[in-house]
Amino acid sequence: MKKIMLVIQREYMTRVRKRSFIVMTILGPLLMASAFVIPMYLATLSDGEKRVVEVLDETGWFYEKFRDTDEYEFKYTVQDLETAKRELLENDEFALLYIPRRELTVPSSGILYSMRQPGVDLKSYIRNAMSKEVEIQKLRINLDEMVLSEEDRERAMKLPELIRTNIELSTMKMDDTGGEEETFTEVMMAVSFVSGMIIYMFIFIFGAQVLRGVMEEKTNRIVEVIISSVKPFQLMIGKIVGIAMVGLTQFLLWIILTFSIVSVFQLAFADQMPGPEVRMAMTQQDAGLTEALASGDDQQIARVFEIINSIQYDVILISFLFFFLGGYLLYAALFAAIGSAVDSETDTQQFMMPVTIPLFLSIIIANIAVYEPDGQLALWFSMIPLTSPVVMMARIPFGVPIEQIWISAALLILGFIFTTWVAARIYRTGILMYGKKASYRELWKWLTYRN
Amino acid sequence: MALFVTENVSKHYAGHTALDKVNIEVPEQSIFGLLGPNGAGKTSLIRIINRIIGPDEGKLYFKGEKLQQKHIYRIGYLPEERGLYKKMRVGEHAMYLARLKGLSKQDATIRLKEWFDKFDIGSWWNKRVEELSKGMQQKIQFIVCVLHEPELLIFDEPFTGFDPINVNILKDEILKLRENGATIIFSTHNMASVEELCDHIALIDRSKKILDGKVKEIKNQYRSNAYSITFDHFDGLLSSLLDNRFEIIDEGEDEDRRFANIRMTNGLESKDLLEKLVKTLNIHSYNEILPTMNDIFISVVKENEGR
Repeated sequence: MKKIMLVIQREYMTRVRKRSFIVMTILGPLLMASAFVIPMYLATLSDGEKRVVEVLDETGWFYEKFRDTDEYEFKYTVQDLETAKRELLENDEFALLYIPRRELTVPSSGILYSMRQPGVDLKSYIRNAMSKEVEIQKLRINLDEMVLSEEDRERAMKLPELIRTNIELSTMKMDDTGGEEETFTEVMMAVSFVSGMIIYMFIFIFGAQVLRGVMEEKTNRIVEVIISSVKPFQLMIGKIVGIAMVGLTQFLLWIILTFSIVSVFQLAFADQMPGPEVRMAMTQQDAGLTEALASGDDQQIARVFEIINSIQYDVILISFLFFFLGGYLLYAALFAAIGSAVDSETDTQQFMMPVTIPLFLSIIIANIAVYEPDGQLALWFSMIPLTSPVVMMARIPFGVPIEQIWISAALLILGFIFTTWVAARIYRTGILMYGKKASYRELWKWLTYRN
Repeated sequence: MALFVTENVSKHYAGHTALDKVNIEVPEQSIFGLLGPNGAGKTSLIRIINRIIGPDEGKLYFKGEKLQQKHIYRIGYLPEERGLYKKMRVGEHAMYLARLKGLSKQDATIRLKEWFDKFDIGSWWNKRVEELSKGMQQKIQFIVCVLHEPELLIFDEPFTGFDPINVNILKDEILKLRENGATIIFSTHNMASVEELCDHIALIDRSKKILDGKVKEIKNQYRSNAYSITFDHFDGLLSSLLDNRFEIIDEGEDEDRRFANIRMTNGLESKDLLEKLVKTLNIHSYNEILPTMNDIFISVVKENEGR
């Protein structure tokens, strides 16, 4: 155990101090942050043309409350929602702001329909205008009540807190056929695809590091020097675990740095520019949501929020970490076996195929699973250990029965125990074997050697 | 007493036999030469001794005890093909290898500093391994190999890549290690260094041990009863002075001397040859030609091939 720790420590330290690791650690978050920040910035740039925003206000609270700006012109309309949406398409207007009526609470949400992604500036303008109006109304109600019941002084003390308002502004992108997708579903698909993709990339990048590390030790004959003090299995496991920790470190740093860059940018760029995480935060807020769900008028919103609330963030996070590591361990063992079997980089090709094919396959299936998370294809491939890390991760954001996750996780654990066992047997022979061109038959022999 | 013994050790790989019932006995505090042509099975034997691979048959004893994992700490192994992580710093790398051998951080630091001072390479500590020449890297490996003061040292071709000055430094160190009580198994193709260093040898060819014993005894055994002489020019043939019991192996002359190597049939002695020559020739030198380890190696291996 002490020796494995020494090996892990070496593998970790030498990699973390490398210039390429430091560069990647800084570059990664810059790229990711710019993927968030640049669209936000671009959306605020105006092209001089005035855009019409149709306002369909069922509450009547906001009539004439949205003032035209340099970029946007607000028109008020009183049709029903379906007609308004159709007109939006027909008249080629920019957006339709729909503020549904609520029976029991003050208006606190709106939906912005548009064919193009509405700019952040528009959204924050609407949100500001709406909260200001609602706050004024709330203040008025409160003041009225105070006149009626004078002794209620405490309430007056709490006034600022009481009137604070959050406006839910969801966006609906519409396509030409008049169909609509909830942007939130897109967010979910993005979460699902991105997490699958990250696992896939992690396996490839760090699996390749295991492969190269083992080959370095073999071709430079470093193994010869250390193999009398360390068992081959210890050396292999130490390397795999050490590199896994490098990967986790990098991943963690990426998340922390990306968030800091995005939030710093938000603070610097605009006081109220909502980033993607604001969208997430919105799901937690709405206190009046349950009441809203009760009213038939709010069905649209209710559906959107239902989907969002159905995402179990803890499940997603825990399963992501699990499948992330499990998938890596499974493949890293195979990569280590390949590295030990070959004498040079060029020889790796023939053995790489069976490892890369299931990986490619998993990313293809994940693509399908995003659209059909409960389909037969997605189900089966989320169980097979070779493809489950990526495919299961693509399914989980849409909600997967917990039994299925458990079964898949158990199979993955069995899977990586098996590949590690196989790899250890190939590794201990391969690592000291030179000049022999390894074939599958040869590998099979190594695998079945006794002792 | 023997420090290390192998008894009927065999190792088979699919399709060929690497070792076939090899018995060797390495006496304590000796330098034991393990010789043999390429591919004879030396490396397999050394790996078995280090428990890197297991024998298919046979037994191994370390100081009379059956060889176990705990003994491995008492063995230092310098493999023939050896490398280091190129990107690591020299000191860090040496520490890593020393700690894998089981030394504590403190012990490793103290001992490494001592050795680095001894070889006058203290300034290398913070260099990257790739900045060192091959010979310099070998020095580091040698240090790490002996650092934990093992009782048995196994050197596989330790001198390759060294210049003559460093070869001498290394030879002195090896002799010093033996003086301090270590036993050394020394595998090489360099027969000159075998003669210089080894007390005992074993010769392995085509997976079998075909010769072993003390170097002196083996040399005696392979004496060919031949002598070399140098003498002044004279008119006439050298062969006219000898009968058919003597064979001239080699004959020649330079500006002021002639020389010849003559082999006698068994039973004749040095004086018999001298008697024949001394009346006619002005002899300047007269020496027995002792076989070099090189000659013995070649003749034994060739003989074995003929079998």
